[in-house]
Amino acid sequence: MEVNYENGLNLKATELRLGLPGSDEPEGQTTPRPNKRTSSEISSSGLTDDGNDDHQASAPPAKAQVVGWPPIRSYRKNCIQAKKNEVEGGTGRYVKVSVDGAAYLRKIDLHVYGSYPELLEALEKMFKLTIGAYSEREGYNGSEYAPTYEDKDGDWMLVGDVPWEMFISSCKRLRIMKGSEARGLGCV
Amino acid sequence: MSEDDERQQSPPSDLEFVSNKARNCNATGSGSGHPEFQSAYPDQVLENVLENVLHFLTSKRDRNAASLVCKSWYRVEALTRSELFIGNCYAVSPARATARFTRVRALQLKGKPRFADFNLMPPDWGAHFNPWALAMAKAYPWLEKVHLKRMTVTDDDLATLAELLLGFKELVLVCCDGFGTSGLAIFVNKCRQLKVLDLIESEVSDDETDWISCFPEGESQLESLIFDCVECHINFEALERLVANSPSLKKLRLNRYVSIGQLYRLMIRAPQLTHLGTGSFSPSEIAGQGDQEPDYVNAFAACKSLVCLSGFREIIPDYLPAIYPVCANLTSLNFSYANITAEQLKPIISKCHKLQVFWVLDSICDEGLQAVAATCKELRELRVFPVDPREDGDGPVSEVGLQAISEGCRKLQSILYFCQRMTNAAVIAMSKNCPDLVVFRLCIMGRHRADPVTGEPMDDGFGAIVMNCKKLTRLAVSGLLTDKAFDYIGQHGKLVRTLSVAFAGDSDMGLKYVLEGCPQLQKLEIRDSPFGDAALRSGLHHYYNMRFLWMSSCRLTPNGCQEIARAMPRLVVEVIRSADEEEMDDAVEILYMYRSLEGPRTDLPKFVTIL
Repeated sequence: MEVNYENGLNLKATELRLGLPGSDEPEGQTTPRPNKRTSSEISSSGLTDDGNDDHQASAPPAKAQVVGWPPIRSYRKNCIQAKKNEVEGGTGRYVKVSVDGAAYLRKIDLHVYGSYPELLEALEKMFKLTIGAYSEREGYNGSEYAPTYEDKDGDWMLVGDVPWEMFISSCKRLRIMKGSEARGLGCV
Repeated sequence: MSEDDERQQSPPSDLEFVSNKARNCNATGSGSGHPEFQSAYPDQVLENVLENVLHFLTSKRDRNAASLVCKSWYRVEALTRSELFIGNCYAVSPARATARFTRVRALQLKGKPRFADFNLMPPDWGAHFNPWALAMAKAYPWLEKVHLKRMTVTDDDLATLAELLLGFKELVLVCCDGFGTSGLAIFVNKCRQLKVLDLIESEVSDDETDWISCFPEGESQLESLIFDCVECHINFEALERLVANSPSLKKLRLNRYVSIGQLYRLMIRAPQLTHLGTGSFSPSEIAGQGDQEPDYVNAFAACKSLVCLSGFREIIPDYLPAIYPVCANLTSLNFSYANITAEQLKPIISKCHKLQVFWVLDSICDEGLQAVAATCKELRELRVFPVDPREDGDGPVSEVGLQAISEGCRKLQSILYFCQRMTNAAVIAMSKNCPDLVVFRLCIMGRHRADPVTGEPMDDGFGAIVMNCKKLTRLAVSGLLTDKAFDYIGQHGKLVRTLSVAFAGDSDMGLKYVLEGCPQLQKLEIRDSPFGDAALRSGLHHYYNMRFLWMSSCRLTPNGCQEIARAMPRLVVEVIRSADEEEMDDAVEILYMYRSLEGPRTDLPKFVTIL
């Protein structure tokens, strides 16, 4: 047991640690390591979900993955990973929601809702505003607010135009616009 | 070192060469662009006859044998070899290769070992194409074709190929990296005779250059354009123009940034396609509720020559019925990026009677594999990839699927199967039902996993494979394996050339069995297995016959590896550390060794030491 007296301090004696008094842990590893495994130990990146961080708090911690195992090329892993984040069930589908005029954003899990009416109702409740009814021809004309979303291609679209399943897989974020600004969107 | 000395070395050189049948017409060597052969030999007539005859020699092994007959044959063989294959770019230098073979039209080079694909090797290890590019440009100005695998190619290298090789026709890059869209732009622009540009599973950096529009205007001789691995947007209008201007285009594989609507527009311009990669297979502009969607079924029906289909990178399964018209003719189908269920697969696969190659995700489950087994009686190659590539993930496919395939697809030659559980019984069944197996790669994703039914190791299963599959040349093992499995491999795997081992074996004996028992072994890659220096020593008699040996996270020490290096001067013994470590301590993390005529390479990164 090393006792550091350089500064006149016996740090070890005053050290806080768990364990019975008198017990001591060996300083570092003294056993030879013929089968050194640094490179195959827990990887820091790339192998576990790199997508939505938010849902991992509720999911059980992933078992530590070994580097390069199973032997799948990263290109393939990344493609499948991206897909997994889009497929419903299991992983959440969290997107940011901003409202014009509001100071900060919220985040919701699209998978929690089964349809547009459910989603819109939840948004109305969350932000205490009225969105009104959607019509194919007029969009949300007449409403105070209109919900829009950014899709995979980076375009801003009106919520409700496409089938729900397609919306879930292509929606990257939501923005609830003031009705006056949204007027342009609903028109043919 | 002179060429004569080269020939007298007893181990076969790592240069493997193939003759191009098409060169028959230039037998006298007076084809356009060839330097005239100046002869100082009295037996000119005999040599001319020999030259004519050797043009018919195609197999690289035959050519190697022919070159060993005598000096005259060596010289003529070197002159008539038009396709140069080099299995390890460090086995021979560009200078040596170009000195011996003076009339090469096609070059094939392989670089990094396969385990580098799985992040086991630190980046920037080597395998640079650059010295080869420069040497080729000088020595073979008539070079037409370059095929690279696992090499680092820079934008400058691409420029070299395009600018200095005037008749360049074909570039194939498999698992390469180091270049980007700006390199591609220069390349396609300067290569006026380009017929083939195949980028397969390569990493292409997005320099935001619109390379597609850099193809020259006007009619193009393009026969094959494969860019499904290029992860960036492309200029669709330019692509459409290119396809319209390419009447000879037979192979087109699009990346996932091409929507199904865009695919349609390309298909109607190119109904002559034989190989198609569909891109995303989903719409980009979300069609309005009333919009007319193009007649996708018709577009596929028009492609009467389509035999190979892939892509489906972001598939919306509703569109799958569009491919029904081509199913009956398909010999190759790649669904390995399509997360589809058994129910979605069945209507497709039930029409694919001629299918020989099928790549798929395990999302189809055992049930999907049963459907494949029921219809695809001509199946030669099957690859099943995991949707969830984790050790303890879901296991939608199992021994049930493997058993079904073995019973239905008797002509199977090659299989790659990822699963979470497997029984010896199923593997044994496959060994008996599929005697034509040449490649058997089973990856049980849980390490050290035993047979879930019997609790036994997987020794007997793999043992049966090497015993019953008499044509087997490639084997990858997994699951709980003792030294017994390797004993079987050593005893029966007499034709095995490539062996992949991970988390297997009990002791040095395992590796010994293999090194002593498998005379055809060329490529041995091992990770995380308890094999040490003694085992390594047992292969001394064989290492010159191998292309390479890779051992990572095993029980090797620097002294053990040093011993090998001393005993075998023509072997390059590389000890590779992971990049953040400074010194070599008691354990060797990665050993990569290979035969070479050149000795230690000069482009070593600092994390590599050559013993």
